[in-house]
Amino acid sequence: MSDEQDHKLEAKSDYVADASSVSTPDIDSVPDAELPDQELYHSHSWWTTYVFSQDAKYIGIQYALTAIGTGLLGLVLSWLMRIQLAFPGLGWLEPSSYYQFVTMHGMIMVVYLLTALFLGGFGNLLIPLMCGARDMAFPYVNMLSYWAFVVAVLVLLASFFVPGGPTGAGWTLYPPQAITAGTPGYNGGIILMLISLILFVAGFTMGGLNYIITVLQLRARGMTLMRMPLTIWGIFTATVLAMFAFPALLVGCLMMTLDSLLGTSFFMPAMVSLGETLTHEGGSPILFQHLFWFFGHPEVYIVALPAFGIVSDLLSVHSRKTIFGYRMMVWAIVGIGALSFFVWAHHMYVSGMNPWFGFFFATTTLIIAVPTAIKVYNWILTLWRGNIQLSLPMLFSLGFIVTFLNGGLTGLFLGNVTVDVPLSDTYFVVAHFHMVMGIAPILVIFGAIYHWYPLITGRMMDETLGKIHFWITFLGSYAIYFPMHYQGFVGVPRRYFEIYDSPYIDTSTLLLNKFITIAVLIVGAAQLLFLYNLFASARLGKKSEKNPWKANSLEWQTPQMPPEHGNWGKELPKVYRWPYDFSVPGAKEDYIPQNQPPSEIIGAKVEKT
Amino acid sequence: MIVALSIFLITIGSIAFHFWSPWWWTEVASNWGNMDDTILLTFWITGAVFVAICFFVAYCVWKFSYKKERRAEYKPEDKKLESRLTWATAIGVAALLAPGLVVWNQYVTVPENAYKVEVFAYQWGWKYRLPGEDGKLGKTDIKYINDDNPFGLIIEDPNGKDDLLVDADELHVLKDRPVKFELRTIDVLHNFYVPQFRGKMDMVPGIITYYWLTPTRVGDFEVLCAEYCGTGHYAMRGRVIVDEEKDYKKWEAKQVTFEKMLAKSKENDNLQLVKKEK
Repeated sequence: MSDEQDHKLEAKSDYVADASSVSTPDIDSVPDAELPDQELYHSHSWWTTYVFSQDAKYIGIQYALTAIGTGLLGLVLSWLMRIQLAFPGLGWLEPSSYYQFVTMHGMIMVVYLLTALFLGGFGNLLIPLMCGARDMAFPYVNMLSYWAFVVAVLVLLASFFVPGGPTGAGWTLYPPQAITAGTPGYNGGIILMLISLILFVAGFTMGGLNYIITVLQLRARGMTLMRMPLTIWGIFTATVLAMFAFPALLVGCLMMTLDSLLGTSFFMPAMVSLGETLTHEGGSPILFQHLFWFFGHPEVYIVALPAFGIVSDLLSVHSRKTIFGYRMMVWAIVGIGALSFFVWAHHMYVSGMNPWFGFFFATTTLIIAVPTAIKVYNWILTLWRGNIQLSLPMLFSLGFIVTFLNGGLTGLFLGNVTVDVPLSDTYFVVAHFHMVMGIAPILVIFGAIYHWYPLITGRMMDETLGKIHFWITFLGSYAIYFPMHYQGFVGVPRRYFEIYDSPYIDTSTLLLNKFITIAVLIVGAAQLLFLYNLFASARLGKKSEKNPWKANSLEWQTPQMPPEHGNWGKELPKVYRWPYDFSVPGAKEDYIPQNQPPSEIIGAKVEKT
Repeated sequence: MIVALSIFLITIGSIAFHFWSPWWWTEVASNWGNMDDTILLTFWITGAVFVAICFFVAYCVWKFSYKKERRAEYKPEDKKLESRLTWATAIGVAALLAPGLVVWNQYVTVPENAYKVEVFAYQWGWKYRLPGEDGKLGKTDIKYINDDNPFGLIIEDPNGKDDLLVDADELHVLKDRPVKFELRTIDVLHNFYVPQFRGKMDMVPGIITYYWLTPTRVGDFEVLCAEYCGTGHYAMRGRVIVDEEKDYKKWEAKQVTFEKMLAKSKENDNLQLVKKEK
């Protein structure tokens, strides 16, 4: 215990003295700190350093690697499914395994990869660093959050090994079929899936509270909310959404577990299952859909908002230009977040709910298009008259704009209730959501990894490999999903193990399936290049200079790079401006870091932020 | 240069694909051609936005590529431009929404002269029930479902006696007559979907859902289940045949009423009893 005391950062006691120091010129004054400096936990064994770490940076990396590992399984599952769709004659899969793979692929990608990577991974890595804090507010709870996530993943994977295999209910897990005979894994796999989700939500709540409280309480002096990088705004708002949305999933999962194990009837009406009358009665299957989508739609934005935030920062840094319309961007993030709780039933236009709801939800859904469009405009106006460096993060950001634009616009088809009727449950939907919440956020993730990799390892990732990776991933995934919309127009339904020779589907549509599958195999294989680059560059990569992209935000201004435990050495940073002062007229350099005091840049014509 | 060019080519390629690829919707066979119109309208508006933004990005990447001696413009905000763009978007969105809501109103408002057909879904197949001469479907309850009463009709309900039971996956409907499909499932969720009709609605155990349409051309169409319903989902197919009045009458005449079916099964039971006694 006393050992720990010795290690405590000395800076904690002199924050008051610092504020009153006379040597600071007036224009450099920053409000006093309201809270004393954090007392940090210091690891003193191999286990507490590398396994049960309480350092947010390290937890972020743990989260990211676990999520990517799980995501790789999701990728392999997509290969298996696509081979079945393109070459049904191979007799490659049983229908039941096909449906199990569809389900696991969907759930893994949405929850265990994207949510965990953006919030658990980037959230942990970036929130303390970008806000100028030493760590998260509650490092121990933060560690528990990660380990709860690990257990959730293990329970999910365990479902592959129970009798009957994992659930094949589709990632939406709609009852009654999720828990009745006729669906694979209806009595074993589904229970493990529900338990895994419950664990995930519990673990996420621990992390989420940390992210919110850290952003609200531990920002550096001078870091007002309207000076926060958009990355933090995105992650912060997404976390708030998650705090409200995940409980709906949690109760849905609990209720379905009870229906399955104890014979309650929350979601189960009187019904016959493969010739046998069940004992359930009076439950409502649509109730589950409401709970699921009350979580499920905000979930889209839980993934999208961090991507929006990160891509805004990447675009600004790599085009050496102020993000256009920062305040609008912040309000758009907050507005989208708020509106996302009023649109969920647009997933249910043809679910059998009261059809009059359609008017309301179509209207709210199309309203949400306005703030989303504003974000797109501001991204492209950031490029306008910029000084655009075609670095890897910029390439992926450009790829994101094209992909997200495409996927966002097809959302206007599906959100508009009438247009949705012929297209719902077809491949148009599959193409839409993969574009908008699969490929688009993943391109941002790649851009972000190439961008922040030097911050983590002190080395750069290989540029050539990165470019090959970009072109195959961007063009390849566009080639997969753009034509897929047209299969939806033809009317090819989703979740079909095999199409057969339906009279209305001609052979060219089946040929298109083969083309898409080949593209899937290639794009998937290109991710191996990325993985190689990711791991090899940690040793072989070119050594990075201290602030390799000449960015303004605080994470690049730590005394050491990569930042050490406690991030800031003796003294916490002071913030004088927003992170977007690029190419300011009159300034010597084309960037002014957030912690550079005004007295050092006298001639620069900065707008006050 | 390469980046700007690729974004430009992707845009051109997408347009070319849209106009020249062979994949497009099937010829419509119901009154819901106006759904196709709303899709086309959406295509024009969103397509224009897609092309404009992609071209703009390609231009920026080409025109403002990095030069060491140049500085980017310093312009954090432009209130006027931002509010103009917001209003233009709002108007575009309203232009998409309004026709959509008008058509949706038609979709959920069943015309009074529509005749009813019950579509009966189970894992994994289709059956149908017509109301018979009285035009009314009899009440049902799944607890009465058995071999003699495959639709689970309540025997005491007089409206059910003349119901025509189609114990097959093929349904005939009349051309140019509005029909209301009353959708019923006895097990899990299903969705009665004929691509050429455009309409869709989930079937939910415990409630009767519906939608309506007017078939507009004679033909033989495939029915697919459009809501995932378990391992046999992909094989849950059926047929709908749109007939002129004369052909329809012929088909209708071949269908058995519930009363006859009951009588027949009783006869069978009696026969078997006689056989056993012998």
